[in-house]
Amino acid sequence: MKKDIILAGVGGQGILSIAACIGLAAMEESLYLKQAEVHGMSQRGGAVQSNLRLSSDPIASDLIPTGKADLIIAVEPMESLRYLPMLDPDGWIITSINPFINIPDYPEMEDLMKEIWKLPRYITLDANSMAKDCGSIKAANMVVLGAATPFLGLEQSSIESAVKNLFKNKGDEIVELNLKAVLAGREHALKQM
Amino acid sequence: MRKLLLLGDEAIAQAAIDGGISGVYAYPGTPSTEIMEYVQASKTAKENNIRALWSANEKTAMESALGMSYAGKRAMVCMKHVGLNVAADAFVNAAITGANGGLVIISADDPSMHSSQNEQDSRFYGKFALIPILEPSNQQEAYDMTRYAFELSERMRIPVLLRITTRLAHSRTGVECSNPEKQNDLKLPDNLRQFVLLPAIARKQYRELLGKQTQMEAASAESGYNRMIESSDKNLGIIACGLSYNYLLENYSGGKIEHPVLKIGQYPLPLDLVSELYESCEEILVLEDGYPIIEELLRGMLNKGKTIKGRLDGTLPRDGELNPVIVGYALGKKHLQGSAVPDLVKNRPPKLCDGCAHNDAFLALNEALIPYGRGRVFSDIGCYTLSALEPLEAINSCVDMGASITMAIGAADAGLVPAVAAIGDSTFTHSGMTGLLDAVNNNSPITVIILDNSTTGMTGGQTSSAFGKIDNIVRGLGVAEEHIKVLKPLRKYHDENVAVIKEELEYQGVSVIIPRRECIQTLNRRMRQKAKAKTMNI
Repeated sequence: MKKDIILAGVGGQGILSIAACIGLAAMEESLYLKQAEVHGMSQRGGAVQSNLRLSSDPIASDLIPTGKADLIIAVEPMESLRYLPMLDPDGWIITSINPFINIPDYPEMEDLMKEIWKLPRYITLDANSMAKDCGSIKAANMVVLGAATPFLGLEQSSIESAVKNLFKNKGDEIVELNLKAVLAGREHALKQM
Repeated sequence: MRKLLLLGDEAIAQAAIDGGISGVYAYPGTPSTEIMEYVQASKTAKENNIRALWSANEKTAMESALGMSYAGKRAMVCMKHVGLNVAADAFVNAAITGANGGLVIISADDPSMHSSQNEQDSRFYGKFALIPILEPSNQQEAYDMTRYAFELSERMRIPVLLRITTRLAHSRTGVECSNPEKQNDLKLPDNLRQFVLLPAIARKQYRELLGKQTQMEAASAESGYNRMIESSDKNLGIIACGLSYNYLLENYSGGKIEHPVLKIGQYPLPLDLVSELYESCEEILVLEDGYPIIEELLRGMLNKGKTIKGRLDGTLPRDGELNPVIVGYALGKKHLQGSAVPDLVKNRPPKLCDGCAHNDAFLALNEALIPYGRGRVFSDIGCYTLSALEPLEAINSCVDMGASITMAIGAADAGLVPAVAAIGDSTFTHSGMTGLLDAVNNNSPITVIILDNSTTGMTGGQTSSAFGKIDNIVRGLGVAEEHIKVLKPLRKYHDENVAVIKEELEYQGVSVIIPRRECIQTLNRRMRQKAKAKTMNI
């Protein structure tokens, strides 16, 4: 088993929580894991990404070679396209379609979606609305995680126990909400695949 | 054996805790910050009374750690690469005094300058100071080498430098931790003159340091962190330092490399091993995630020996961090490329947060400066450096910690009046205070803006040494009371703030203006914690 994943978003959008969930689930399945994060200057509203590598064998590099990523998981549509050179020709893009507009020259949504639709394999989702339906827009990143779960090669039970672990300090209600968000994302992806 | 999921930085911190340190000293700086933060958050560290507070700057941190070593206890000091410039005086001389308790210096380099103004290689400093350097290739080695570094430091009675780079510092993986050790007892140096670097003593100590070089080289050969991995194809031999070994390995699925590889993790270089590789192979490729230090040594000034490939002959790029693809190309491997980035994807540079106080401060400064024209604001290192970019375009320099005030002095001396300095609160107590004293003694016609957001913002909101002290420091350094102005940087006070700045710009002496409002990030964090505490009580 080997999965190379690029997580993409804007500083502050919570891609590290997605990474933490996948990481915990991988640990539970005794997989090897390396996760290169971006800290420091770029966290201030800039483009951020994280290289997450899971494998049943030891992993050498912290960075994924270009053209080798199995998945790009993005919480922002323009950011989903920034790392295309990293994506394997057979790889999937899972992205939220909710734009985070903090630059003056952000592209038109219509053009952006056309670029995404050109890709051979993608899952798009309105993570904000879906999260709202689950109880809070704050769970949007967990909806995106959910949509990625059919592609991760991990047991759904490991993902769920990771979510429980990650949010247990915030109380049962928050745990339930996030589990619901993950499930909603997953069902959406299974339909769109 | 415990296995923990740790960043490289955290692996070093955990190893230091397990290795029986009595204190860690540091100033925040990406990518080194998380080392201190991990110790501060550690329950074990608290129970064992490990001292873990931020210092005013890297030099004070280095000296405090040296003092702890003098007293016989193990101490660690952590900084980013440019922090080692600040600590350099203490660092280089600590090699001459030598250590008593184990003394380990962590310097985190930032090739590709993800969050830095240069990509200098700390191994140069280690070589310059003539001390052993350790360079881990992964997080497990970062843990193991930190443990070993304390032992080596005490065995040789010398400080040891551990050099990491951003990727290792900020990448997380499983790390196996070994049994913890007890802290040392208080114990004075056997020779009470060891730390007295009077010329007569320093000469003796320096000769002793030179004498230890052979011992250090022997340790490099024996430690296991330098090893030859034999292979059949001797057309090429590869020297892989630190992290670059992983990038090399990534290019060979199954892990079998057809060329002999000398994996380097400890310096001074083990000459026998280097010579063995050089003699047995036709050409040598040197992989270094930093400056071409070994490559340059191997080539020599005239480059008349065997072909040495690396950053100097264009086999690898001269600058920037390595990665598996760059290393693959150097080995003649082909790499896949996914599809190109569509043109509509725009750059998204970091920027000041919504609601950031710096934004309001610079809007006022920009307006106040209109009559004088652009190009007279010297600035410093911190979040506010982002104001150089659009839309504010408010500052004209960012060089090193504290340089804003002193550059303004020089520019004013040259006739650029008024000259403005813009510096953050934490940067001010790091390296700005002495510059302000110069300005006062000079009676320089400069306006110093100390942007007080009451934290060390850029690195994630660490406690600022300046907190609650700035006004009195400024007063104490001799700035006239009537030219110290505290502002509230909020849009609703914009006009009054502009008026105050204008007035001080006209003053032909040193003015200090302090726009004071808490960092929006730390404020939000405090509010969240407060709300959480409230729900917990119910």
